[in-house]
Amino acid sequence: MSNPPDIVTGETEAPGLGIPGAAPPGTPGDDARRRTHDLWLTGTESPGEMGRFTSEGAQEMLAEEAPPVLAAQMGSLVGDDYAVAVVSGTGDTQIINMGPQHPATHGVLRLHLELEGETIRRAKPIIGYLHTGMEKTAEALTYVQGATNVTRMDYMSPFFNELCFSLAVERLLGIEAPPRAQAIRVLMTELNRVASHLLWIATQGLDVGALSMMLYGWRERELLLAFFEKVTGLRMNHDYIRPGGVAADLPDGWEDDVAAILDEVPRGLADYVALLDANPIFKQRTVGVGIITPEECRAFGVTGPILRAAGVAWDTRRAFPYSGIERYEFEIPVGGAGDTFDRYRVRLEEMRQSLRIVEQAAAAMPRGDYRSDDLKVTPPPRARLDQSMEALIHHFKLFTEGFKVPPGETYQAVESPRGELGMYLVSRGGAKPWRLHVRGPSFAHVQALPVMLADSLVADTVATVASADPVLGDVDR
Amino acid sequence: MSPASFDQGTPAGRVLAGLAERFPAVEWAAPLGDPVARVAREGLVAFAAAARDAGLDTFIDLCAVDYLARPAGRFEVVVHLLSMEPPLRLRILVALAGDDPSLPSLTGVFPGANFYEREAYDLFGVRFDGHPDLTRLLLPDEWEGHPLRKDHPVGAVPVQFKALEPQ
Repeated sequence: MSNPPDIVTGETEAPGLGIPGAAPPGTPGDDARRRTHDLWLTGTESPGEMGRFTSEGAQEMLAEEAPPVLAAQMGSLVGDDYAVAVVSGTGDTQIINMGPQHPATHGVLRLHLELEGETIRRAKPIIGYLHTGMEKTAEALTYVQGATNVTRMDYMSPFFNELCFSLAVERLLGIEAPPRAQAIRVLMTELNRVASHLLWIATQGLDVGALSMMLYGWRERELLLAFFEKVTGLRMNHDYIRPGGVAADLPDGWEDDVAAILDEVPRGLADYVALLDANPIFKQRTVGVGIITPEECRAFGVTGPILRAAGVAWDTRRAFPYSGIERYEFEIPVGGAGDTFDRYRVRLEEMRQSLRIVEQAAAAMPRGDYRSDDLKVTPPPRARLDQSMEALIHHFKLFTEGFKVPPGETYQAVESPRGELGMYLVSRGGAKPWRLHVRGPSFAHVQALPVMLADSLVADTVATVASADPVLGDVDR
Repeated sequence: MSPASFDQGTPAGRVLAGLAERFPAVEWAAPLGDPVARVAREGLVAFAAAARDAGLDTFIDLCAVDYLARPAGRFEVVVHLLSMEPPLRLRILVALAGDDPSLPSLTGVFPGANFYEREAYDLFGVRFDGHPDLTRLLLPDEWEGHPLRKDHPVGAVPVQFKALEPQ
């Protein structure tokens, strides 16, 4: 390209450019540009134009456009109302765009950062790049299939999604999972919390330059994923916790695997403490960075480790217990400063507390059924299908039509590794949910990022975003 | 459920009874034991502000539901608030007519309502008057329609694959 686009900052009042990228009507470039725009939107290329336009855009035409228009089309000029208003304002600040393809945004998060020198004055998260309409999909799936869908939302804590969905359905049905299923649910979700926090500590370390931390975090997490695979058949997206109980009993020898995890992971945690706790580089990058106050947390719906790091001892497991979690002993770790370093300390202690719960759950695992004996939601055992026609029909009906749930609505919350994961489930008496709304913790945390980022240095963005631990599958759904 | 049936012996019951006393027009219910307040849209902001000041100061959730043909109104906006001390959840329901799905924005009471209202606008076409930036959140700006409405079928938008060069 002979004429590289100027990146427009400050004064954008070039002739005919009140809005960057939009030429006034009647200028030569206008028709062509609008055609390009239409083509991008509709994808209706006519054969005659195929030579000039590709589905990636009008390649040849880009070079013919006037530079500012070209810059807008190339994406180097931020074509957003917010950005435009600011850029044409004082001229002292500049907008930089971070993401969605940025390795430190933990997915496809995009941030507009308004900088004054090195200081972030305002930030604006832009989301939706991973939106796949999962709430709409949930309305087309039966309750039997529903857990398969929700497990893919927050893909770093799939057991929690399944648990939340199952508890909501069970609440509307008026049934309760048997004691062994409840203990298995606690065991698996608390192990999942450790796995999720291990991934967080690995990436937080990586994002502030501690590459070895990432390798260690992955090392310990592998133990847990191997155990998940042994129990559920999959390393993620398990569809293991289902309405009525769990999909299968724990495999033979699970006690040994859990014992190995309880032996290995605390050793790893001690390593992390030795590596990070008094590490001057790590502390310089995290202490006093990304602060949020308890009042701001409440106003923005920020929960979980971020809220606890701000000094509020709030845990859904303690206040609204589920799945028999009130029978286990655990502490709620609390920080004080509400900064990134406190979040690290809180999450580290949460892993120890989760392992404590796992130890208790494994030691006192009840015997009995791993799923409800309510034949309405539980398929007959495989062996019965060979003997009984009725059992075969029952099995067939359950997996084709599903079971019906009485009309009503409920909000069920669980304490996921990131915070309060809630599901609002509306049933109108059918075999599929009328509406399933998921209140993802990451959604609220991404919304609160501007609060955490305001007036901090641009170099701290990565540390702050990592400490909020957003999972974009949960944000965009 | 009448306001008199709130358990005055518990702190949570006293919070709800206090709200019920201040807002006599609000209808209360307790499906499955969850306290639910049905509010007219004109009274939503005042009620939410009073609930916040009464201790329900954590903004948890806002979403919309499309009930299609329903006598009380096609759409329902559902707000969840949380009080940490005492532990209490409150659900606020606002019914909206299908031909005028609009209500005042809660962003002045809870700044956290911002993204949730944008999401409800994006997916259901519910308008929040007074919202500072009511634009699409999850879908592209050029998207037409509001796909979580019940009259928007699954698969309504054809999937576009890359156009092939004619041979």
